[in-house]
Amino acid sequence: MTVREVAVTAYREGVGALATSVLGGLLAGVVLSGMRAELQAVPGLIVMVPALLATRGNVYGSLGARLATALHQGLIRPQVRVDDGRLPRAVAAALANGLLASGFAALAAFLVLAGTGRCVAGPHVLGAVALLSGLLSGVALSTLVVAAVFVGFRRGYNPDTLVGPVVTTAGDVFGVAFLLLAARTVLLVADGGCW
Amino acid sequence: MPTDWTVRAITRAMLPVLLVLTLVEIGSGLVLESFAGELYRSPSLLVLVPVTIGTAGNLGSVLAARLSTSFHLGRLSFSPTDDRLAGNAAATVALALSVFPLVGGGAWLLADLTAGARLPLEVVVFVAVASGAVLSVLAVIVTVVATYGAYRFELDPDDVVIPVVTNVCDVLGVVVLFGVVVAVV
Repeated sequence: MTVREVAVTAYREGVGALATSVLGGLLAGVVLSGMRAELQAVPGLIVMVPALLATRGNVYGSLGARLATALHQGLIRPQVRVDDGRLPRAVAAALANGLLASGFAALAAFLVLAGTGRCVAGPHVLGAVALLSGLLSGVALSTLVVAAVFVGFRRGYNPDTLVGPVVTTAGDVFGVAFLLLAARTVLLVADGGCW
Repeated sequence: MPTDWTVRAITRAMLPVLLVLTLVEIGSGLVLESFAGELYRSPSLLVLVPVTIGTAGNLGSVLAARLSTSFHLGRLSFSPTDDRLAGNAAATVALALSVFPLVGGGAWLLADLTAGARLPLEVVVFVAVASGAVLSVLAVIVTVVATYGAYRFELDPDDVVIPVVTNVCDVLGVVVLFGVVVAVV
């Protein structure tokens, strides 16, 4: 193939997934922009935003890739069966890792900002927002990833190519939406100002 | 190498990398915070944040997946004259140049509908397209270097390259957006 043929093929194959994730990203941006009051009420929250969004993609993208490979290998079947322990264990591991990384992001953001003498909300406030949003988006995303991979597989699609666009699009939207919900919930019971 | 399907084994395989990537992303959060004042004043720029970093990561990960597959099939050489490498790189830049005008226009329109856009449309579109053009070139460089590194260290590019590229492009997305906003606005 010539350079031009390679480029045209790659462009055609890439443009659909990219357009989908652009729509998701714009929606996430609208929610983030509607969250300016919370971002300003909880100093340090904006420092966690890229880490929390990336964690969603890293953890649930990896869950999807693991399920897709296991389906190809016949290790699991595309059914949510109670007696097969593999699927619940993979989902539990994803949730646990997502929560650990979210809590770690809150701690790291607090330590860096407090260590450089800047205004930052208390570690319990940042931690509560990170863990609550991590739990809510984790439940939503693992449900969605399992459903997309299983339904896609049963209908004859390659689950490997479904996982990427589903996780990047839904990860951004759910990630920001649940971050807003978590911040509002925590602000009801705790003061977000400088610690 | 396949991991056992226990919570412990999956965590052991995943958590160290996840924590390192989280620290990298906290770095990009600190850059974001450094121009947070401008972002809060101009909602259209805040709308651009997730879509710019997400699209940069996607451009890199799509390219990485294609290069990994070509590499596994033995069709890729890491030479600047390699047709497959050059064609995929050109497609990445072309994808960015066709998608980022829509990103800028969409961000301005959505911000105007929800919060009222303070910056004019052409400024937001310019910020998006300039960031996208720079990011697509950086995404190509990062992806090729990471794929080549995986090949030299005899790692499977599928396991290593995509997480590295996605997260590095996330950080670069924020840094480039910051640079363009400071230069333009």
